[in-house]
Amino acid sequence: MTFVLEKAAAPAGLRRIVIDPVSRVEGHGKVTILLDADNRVHQVRLHIVEFRGFERFIQGRPYWEVPVMVQRLCGICPVSHHLAASKALDLVVGAKKLTRTAEKCRRLMHYGQILQSHALHFYHLASPDLLFGFDAPVAKRNVVGVIAEHPELATQGVLLRKFGQEVIRITAGKRVHGTGAIPGGVNKSVTHAERDELLPQMPQILAWARGAVRIAVDLHRAHQEEYDGFGYVRSNLLSLVGKNGDLDLYDGTLRARDADGGILFDGVDSQNYRAHLKEDVRSWSYMKFPFIGSLGADLGWYKVGPLARIQNCDRIPTPLAEEARQEFLARSPGKLVHAPLAYHTARMIELLHAAEVIDGLLRDDDLHGDDLVAKGPRQIQGVGIIEAPRGTLIHHYEVDSQDLVTMCNLIVSTTHNNQAMNEAIREVARKYLDGKEPTEGLLNHVEVAIRAFDPCLSCATHALGKMPLVVELRSADGALVEEIVRE
Amino acid sequence: MSDATKPGDAPSLPTFTLDGHDVPFTPDQTILQAAMAAGHYIPHLCFHPEFKPHGSCKVCTVKVDGRTMASCTTQARAGAEIESSSDEVRDLRRNLVQFLFTEGNHFCPSCEQSGDCKLQAVAYELGMTSSHFTQMFPDRPVDASHPDVLLDFNRCILCELCVRASAEVDGKDVFALSGRGIKKHLIVNAESGRLADTRLAVEDKAMSVCPVGVILRKRRGFRVPIGQRTYDARPISEVAVDQYRRATRGDE
Repeated sequence: MTFVLEKAAAPAGLRRIVIDPVSRVEGHGKVTILLDADNRVHQVRLHIVEFRGFERFIQGRPYWEVPVMVQRLCGICPVSHHLAASKALDLVVGAKKLTRTAEKCRRLMHYGQILQSHALHFYHLASPDLLFGFDAPVAKRNVVGVIAEHPELATQGVLLRKFGQEVIRITAGKRVHGTGAIPGGVNKSVTHAERDELLPQMPQILAWARGAVRIAVDLHRAHQEEYDGFGYVRSNLLSLVGKNGDLDLYDGTLRARDADGGILFDGVDSQNYRAHLKEDVRSWSYMKFPFIGSLGADLGWYKVGPLARIQNCDRIPTPLAEEARQEFLARSPGKLVHAPLAYHTARMIELLHAAEVIDGLLRDDDLHGDDLVAKGPRQIQGVGIIEAPRGTLIHHYEVDSQDLVTMCNLIVSTTHNNQAMNEAIREVARKYLDGKEPTEGLLNHVEVAIRAFDPCLSCATHALGKMPLVVELRSADGALVEEIVRE
Repeated sequence: MSDATKPGDAPSLPTFTLDGHDVPFTPDQTILQAAMAAGHYIPHLCFHPEFKPHGSCKVCTVKVDGRTMASCTTQARAGAEIESSSDEVRDLRRNLVQFLFTEGNHFCPSCEQSGDCKLQAVAYELGMTSSHFTQMFPDRPVDASHPDVLLDFNRCILCELCVRASAEVDGKDVFALSGRGIKKHLIVNAESGRLADTRLAVEDKAMSVCPVGVILRKRRGFRVPIGQRTYDARPISEVAVDQYRRATRGDE
């Protein structure tokens, strides 16, 4: 099946608008829009245009190198790849259960990562759209504009991110691309002195995190009707769910719901992900299209990430975030929220949860133990699944008897949202672009919908990219009519 | 008295000057050995205090009375004026190290020897910020056949320390170099060509002399956290001098 607006019936003669690359997202992607002479929209696609090849070049490397190597997929969420790979390789070295110290140090690292990534996205990538309006002057609609008009917010964003990065440094050895997790455990625990660097900052971090939820909620409510309908896309949801249905971003079993909230599957062990999830490919993108196998590619696609997670779980096991979640759910009793812009509130609820989890872990003496590594009977394969900032992240490896990797499959968070992002921008194009002369401001609406998902396109395709924006407007015969360049 | 001698040292030792500093030496010492003993670091890779100087990497190149020489194989001479830290000499060494980086596949970001690697540490010491020359990206599959040892040929700089250690200390001749020129490469002494079919054991001296990340104990990678690795706290210029002095004190 081809989705509506995925493929124009007669592309010849249509004019093509390209947003390349999409800005204020991680990684490199572009959007193409085909319009006819009356500016009616015929086709909209989010393309991932570059290709890396981690799944291939990790083959033939020793397994203990993998958690350090694959994290180079990303400079924003390397911890997620580092930990997902480590979790997969825990099973290869037979460590079905980590020591308490190892698990808690890894959790601390992971929630530090959630905190810094969510802060970066909300305060620096998304807030210009939300604070100034989707079609505000482009000179103002950027992080410099935020610093000029809302310096306290910009500063909070920087300092929240800094705190998360310090948590990572202490647990991984470096702020970016550390080595803390190794197959079977960790290579260091947290010293009392390191804890004492972080713990006194927690009251301020928690206060800012609560404030962040309030800001997100208030911004949404100020534009309630527009935000609820913007890029609206109903879909299934997928995430890990922890014990007792708790939100757990480090470990759990897979749960999927349909668009009305009904359970599609639950309690699925990570090792069995392939029995439930399949991947489709399209010729026009390097990013795959995963789907729930039992529903097929047409109906089985789903959303992952904060909006999916806080609705897929039964509760958040920390009080402040759970209170915020209940308030969020109360806005549409009995109905799942599918509005992409609600991702922002969900993301800030998770940021608050991350701060609460870090606060709890820093008070736990297990962090300081010296029993760091577990092992057991060697296995030939392992799957590690973690909830990365952007959603469910799957690492799957097979390792031969000589300790070399023979197979690697990565399904990266953003990849799960591929169809949902495409559907969201099609909805935006229908509503805002159809029949109108496209302007930079209108085209930014497309990007706003993509940004809501906080995609990491570099992770998803394994591509590198820069962030300037070039919008080319071409006539039906292909001649360049207008070019808008954002450095 | 030279600045490197202490009260009580034999006053009759001859000296040469190294970047203007008097360095005493004994008749059996090379320039590099005398300099290291006196606390002056000269960058090197194929030199190891427990083995006869080899002179293959040339990273220890200095100017002796205006002439470029490998300091590890040049006998110390009284009154010689030696230049080691001038920009010219450092540029020369940096180029040699850049050649090593481009000839092999040295990917520090994912290498388990990162922080413990002499090549990396020397590159930092010489202020190398890029490989400069075109990468050759040779195809060198690893040998993981041995149950406890991994050979990652990608990182071999042909220093022959493993060859020397296996032959001279272990008495096993496990390693050798084969081929000539750019095709020169490390091989192992087994008809199958596989490490598993050699007599290498993890206790062998050959296991502990590799200055880079070729000869690795399996399943140990990244066990040492960042901050506790050899060159995390101190640069190789200090670490190497200490190691040299410990190795030549004769009490270990």
